[in-house]
Amino acid sequence: MTPGFGPKLGIGQALAGVAVVAAALMTVAVVLTFDRPVPETIQRGFRGVAMGLVYNPREVKAYLASNQVPASLPQLPAAGPRAGAVYKNVQVLQNISVGQFTRLMVSITNWVAPQGGCAYCHNTANMAEDSKYTKIVARRMIQMVQHVNADYKSHVQNVGVTCYTCHRGNPVPANVWFTDPMPNHFGGGMAATTTGEGHPTKAINDSALPYDPFTPFLENASNIRVQSEQALPGTDRQSIVQTEWTYALMIHFSQSLGVNCTYCHNSRAFGDWSQSTPQRVTAWYGINMVRDLNDQYLNSLSDVFPPARKGPHGDVAKVNCATCHNGVYKPLFGVSMVQTFPSLQGPTTMAKTASTTQ
Amino acid sequence: MAQYQNIFTRIQVRGPAYAGVPLATTGWTRTGKPFFLHTFGRLGDAQVGPIYLGVTGVMSLICGFIAFEIIGLNMWASVNWNVVEFIRQLPWLALEPPSPALGLTVMPPLAEGGWWLMAGFFLTASILLWWVRIYTRARALGMGTHVAWAFAAAIWLYLVLGFIRPILMGSWGEAVPFGIFPHLDWTASFSVRYGNLFYNPFHMLSIVFLYGATLLFAMHSATVLATSRFGAEREIEQIIDRGTAFERGALFWRWTMGFCATAESIHRWAWWFAVLCPICGGIGILLTGTVVDNWYLWGVKHGIAPPYPLMWGTIVDPAQGAPQ
Repeated sequence: MTPGFGPKLGIGQALAGVAVVAAALMTVAVVLTFDRPVPETIQRGFRGVAMGLVYNPREVKAYLASNQVPASLPQLPAAGPRAGAVYKNVQVLQNISVGQFTRLMVSITNWVAPQGGCAYCHNTANMAEDSKYTKIVARRMIQMVQHVNADYKSHVQNVGVTCYTCHRGNPVPANVWFTDPMPNHFGGGMAATTTGEGHPTKAINDSALPYDPFTPFLENASNIRVQSEQALPGTDRQSIVQTEWTYALMIHFSQSLGVNCTYCHNSRAFGDWSQSTPQRVTAWYGINMVRDLNDQYLNSLSDVFPPARKGPHGDVAKVNCATCHNGVYKPLFGVSMVQTFPSLQGPTTMAKTASTTQ
Repeated sequence: MAQYQNIFTRIQVRGPAYAGVPLATTGWTRTGKPFFLHTFGRLGDAQVGPIYLGVTGVMSLICGFIAFEIIGLNMWASVNWNVVEFIRQLPWLALEPPSPALGLTVMPPLAEGGWWLMAGFFLTASILLWWVRIYTRARALGMGTHVAWAFAAAIWLYLVLGFIRPILMGSWGEAVPFGIFPHLDWTASFSVRYGNLFYNPFHMLSIVFLYGATLLFAMHSATVLATSRFGAEREIEQIIDRGTAFERGALFWRWTMGFCATAESIHRWAWWFAVLCPICGGIGILLTGTVVDNWYLWGVKHGIAPPYPLMWGTIVDPAQGAPQ
């Protein structure tokens, strides 16, 4: 080896070093990106059409552990004086017995604010007073639960929801969303304006898809359907960009329910209802329900929540699929907690239920 | 034995550096004193240089650099000039085309797709100049221009995706964003929007040629490596002597499949498979949205998408009759 080759050999070794570092980084990326084997696939559609449900047994085990249903308090008599007659300032739950009322209040404490106790919502010196914002929110949320159970059987069926479905012992449910907090303009307005894409978040499974599919689809009622319904070009003017927004929403569904695309769709023709599963119909009602809840219930509390509870744009926390589902295809694996809480089953049936059963 | 299975060249023979055949016509000569890099020799020829950059080469590099800077600086700006976030999010960052609402506006505001158009212009200029460079360099050496036309096949697909099809669709918004994951997400969304690209016959053909090209490449390279112990890479002996490595390779394929390529035809086959992959792909993209709006339904219409038994009875769109 002549001395003249010395520095050039150095370049060669540097190149080899770069290759080794690149290989190491690739390995880290692969390990972090992919699920550890072996997932289980359950055939769902007709044979050979690849409609399989893909589960990772380790994740299923973790979800089973984190979705245990807490024991409900023993039921109390439905007979006796009405809560509205005994207590002051009862606006929603007047027609249930004092026993049912007390049981529900204690249950709500366990479900929503086990740490804060009664004082999380009430002034304990005067329980009837509406001085705490949390009490106003709680009242509206009770109405919301009644609305869901009474009017969205198309989505929640007879399983229904309680406060616990979302709260799981947290004053604010673990999965809520605010309108996209990212700034719109960069480089003093010179650089490309954000198109709402290209920044990974958990909600979109760390993809480069739009990171806030919630505001257009789950607060506003933007059109989700992008796939053309005819073979040849006609009136469908949906763009690829719109498709990316829909795609992001679908990724959110998948993440929230712990399912893959074929839980609802035949992926050869995503838009075709006749090849879809019944779950897609359930999901369709779910989309309508979530829009309704965000519009009528959460956004109605805009003036009630303090700034600390609001998002970067001053909007209130809103619900999406993950709020109830928490990664599971049916919240709490389909165990119904609402059966022993007639007062949560809806405002219309409440009085009747209270006087006839229990 | 093991030396035939090594992906690195085991023995490097070093002669004096070779400057290449004399150039017939030129205003710009090859520059740089050739030198040797052992690492390069492990992968290919150890000699580096001389280099001919030329006018088109310099212009291509300048245009490519401008495009690279426009894309990179916009991406960096999108994380508020944060270096750590730029590195962390780099695979996700994008420079998006103008919104579909802007149609084919030639000069949209810089912040609303103007940068994308400008980056596209300079990248295209860079690629086309590089093509000219490849063409003229091949001519200067007295070669055929097969490499240039193979490159042109890839440029065709690139132009269809980013230029020709968006113009036919009347919107830059139909074009591909710049970005590593963003362009992949675009690809998936493109297929979803237009009813599943797998039912597009030109997509099918493109895949045939893609996989076919890899198969041919595997057969060809395996044959050459397997006969290199008989000196398959030694050109002159192969031409004038019987019983050479080449003849063994040919006989092997006649034994195993009754037919063999020739030393020339195998490369013709490989070349056509390779160029037909992007040519067919480009045709398939060009027809999407312009001529066919939903490839699955097109497949149903032409009997290539079979119906399957319904597993859950009749599922009806719940929005039917309701405003949605």
